[in-house]
Amino acid sequence: MLPADLKPDKFNGYPPEARKLATNYIAALQRLPLSFLPSLLREVIEYDFKFPVERKAVERELANLASLSPEQTKEWFQGFAQIRLSTQLENADWVNAPAQYVEQFSAYLWSTHQQDAFRAAAVGYAERLHAVAPPDPPQLPRLGITVVGQGVAAYDAPLFRKLRAHGVYFNHVNSENGLQFLLDAVAARAQAHPAPYAHWYIDGGQETKCDPALTCVSYHALEPARAALSAKMRAEIERPGMGPEALRSLMARMRPEDLGLNAMPGKTSDPIMERFQLKVLTEGSGTQIFATTFAQWTAREALRRAQPLTLLVRFAPRQRQKPMNEMISDSTKPVELDPVGSLVDGDFGAYYNWLNQQRLPGAEQSRFLVWFEGHNEAVAIGPSWPRGTQSNAAADMKQLLS
Amino acid sequence: MNSRSEFGFTGRAGRFAMDAANPREVARQLAFTRRDFLRSAAGVALGSTLLHSPIALAGAAMKKRKVVVITFGGGARDQETFAPEGQENIPHLMREMIPQSTFFTQVVNRGILGHYVATASLATGAYETFNNFAAVSPEHPTVFEYFRKDLHRPASDAWVIAPSNGFNRIGESSSRSYGPGLGARVILPKHLLTAATGGSGGKDYEHLLRDNYETPFYTPELAGNEFELQQLAMMLKLSVDDFKAHALTLSSPDELSVYIARQLMRQVAPSLLWITMHDIDIAHAGAYSLYIDGIKRTDRLCAELWKTIQTEPEYAGNTTLFILPDFGRDSDEDSGGNGFQHHRTGDALSRTTWLMAMGAGVREGIVYDRPTESTDLVPTLGSMMGFSAALAQGKPIPELL
Repeated sequence: MLPADLKPDKFNGYPPEARKLATNYIAALQRLPLSFLPSLLREVIEYDFKFPVERKAVERELANLASLSPEQTKEWFQGFAQIRLSTQLENADWVNAPAQYVEQFSAYLWSTHQQDAFRAAAVGYAERLHAVAPPDPPQLPRLGITVVGQGVAAYDAPLFRKLRAHGVYFNHVNSENGLQFLLDAVAARAQAHPAPYAHWYIDGGQETKCDPALTCVSYHALEPARAALSAKMRAEIERPGMGPEALRSLMARMRPEDLGLNAMPGKTSDPIMERFQLKVLTEGSGTQIFATTFAQWTAREALRRAQPLTLLVRFAPRQRQKPMNEMISDSTKPVELDPVGSLVDGDFGAYYNWLNQQRLPGAEQSRFLVWFEGHNEAVAIGPSWPRGTQSNAAADMKQLLS
Repeated sequence: MNSRSEFGFTGRAGRFAMDAANPREVARQLAFTRRDFLRSAAGVALGSTLLHSPIALAGAAMKKRKVVVITFGGGARDQETFAPEGQENIPHLMREMIPQSTFFTQVVNRGILGHYVATASLATGAYETFNNFAAVSPEHPTVFEYFRKDLHRPASDAWVIAPSNGFNRIGESSSRSYGPGLGARVILPKHLLTAATGGSGGKDYEHLLRDNYETPFYTPELAGNEFELQQLAMMLKLSVDDFKAHALTLSSPDELSVYIARQLMRQVAPSLLWITMHDIDIAHAGAYSLYIDGIKRTDRLCAELWKTIQTEPEYAGNTTLFILPDFGRDSDEDSGGNGFQHHRTGDALSRTTWLMAMGAGVREGIVYDRPTESTDLVPTLGSMMGFSAALAQGKPIPELL
């Protein structure tokens, strides 16, 4: 089927809000090339489970597409229209399974050496869209905090080398009650500027305290879900004929209830967060086995998708490396931890947290703090901090967040 | 940071999120940076002025020529290797090997960036397009088939040591003109160890059996333990007990591969030996410290293999060593990826790598920054060794001939 053949009933399999959205804009969707449309439908079909900022972005994009004349549409999508497609792709169920289609399409682009042409078309489109429908600026300057090094008594090598060039490196930070101060600070921001999914606390271990005003995700709280996922993966791997693609497809079809995410102790039902956590575990590579990877990837996805105003990420020690099969085998066994390796992971993860925060609107006003937990080293970045400098003066957390 | 914020997650509509920079320009800049750094750090010269120098061909008269290829896998970025902040991770390459080598700063891989299919493309000199995770042979003839057919070499003269059970078909293509019976013998060290330990390997060997980081939950099963143990006894002249005892002293799968390679060089001395490293690919699990550990280990193992080449009588003085990654990894700047963790965006950093050649017939301390392609390796080996890579897509690299 081609986009021009789309009819409203083709979206009957979509969740209610997504179906309504797609049918409202069906005329615009019919004009789009098949090399583009499934990637848009991949966003639309998830509309019911998207964060508010994501919903706005999808609505804005669809409204823009609907506003284009046929000639403008042709001009906007001429790069995509030149991508050659196979009959197999044209016959695939790209309406009801757009994510699977995009995966197959990506492999096809690689194998037919059209990846660069697609890339150029995608960049061109995204830049045009950004120009005509720019995202909203944040309500207040963003604040990102990353805490690394939990459980490390001493570390001699230099930390925060990637971040020092962008702010002030402090080496006499008063660490007393540092974590509590930071937790209180993000909770206070959340209470002062309440908005859904705007203030997050992600912990790579066991969350210390989760103020109700914060959106909280932790590796420890998801242990039952991770165990359930590992058990399902083990069962599938042992099936004859199982390969990586089949396993990936299986994981893509999973629902929150398959991993018990809809019935987590002490949590009220939140379909958006349940779906978010499911995706972190099923789409993130290494999030199931390494606490540091979990923290970094969850932060990346939170920033990319929810675009929080406040994000506190605390890295915790991950397990020591073992063969993959063993790491997914039995999560109830005691694990040997690697605190120093995890500090290195967290240090680089902090850099990625900052990079990802700076990709969001309002980057020039954003602030960022990374702190070696329980120690006196930190880097503060923001419009009021000079770049590439060092402070040997005593400083406390309040000053670093000012 | 303004440009990044304007064209970040949101500006690029999230789902595409690709780098707006011209990939060719990025690749060129990457090459120049490598060149400048190598010139200052390792004291090497720019090669363009020496292209047709007779110095290059001195010492070419030699006994039976041998070639060893090491793929520096799976994928390491400049910022963790050749950039100033990365040099601490590759002390052996920087201090010992680059001054003795001809170094190409801009080797572009235009193919699919999956480890098996990309390594197969390196070995065929043609961009293979098969499913990276399928247990299939390359479509185009491999370097081993060209070598054996044209030069009438026995099977024992071309070997591959491969990191993952998924690489078991890499030694021989499905090409009608070549294919069955003309390929290389393939050793899968992990499979060998599993066979020697009589099953899963046991707890003492688990650290050597890590496999397939790209899809870590999938390990293709192979049959043929009897053949593996025959390889151990007849070719490598190792008893099962000795092999198991030595394996206990090793710390990673690549160390096991290098151990096997040395044994093979001593006992069989193949003229064409291909070793694929893979420890670095643990990066897919997202732990930066493990990725760095992998780079440091690969750097050390490359130096150990070079020392072996220089000291083994069958190899010393007549062997050319090639070291190159199959490809790079994603840039931190490309919001479509997650930096070092993967190689999925197809950006310039993930496609632009390097090639180091050293040993017999190769000039020392020279850097070339003109673009070459990863498919040029096999035709170059053909010109060096005297076979025709007739169906390869690449071209011989004149600076090495």
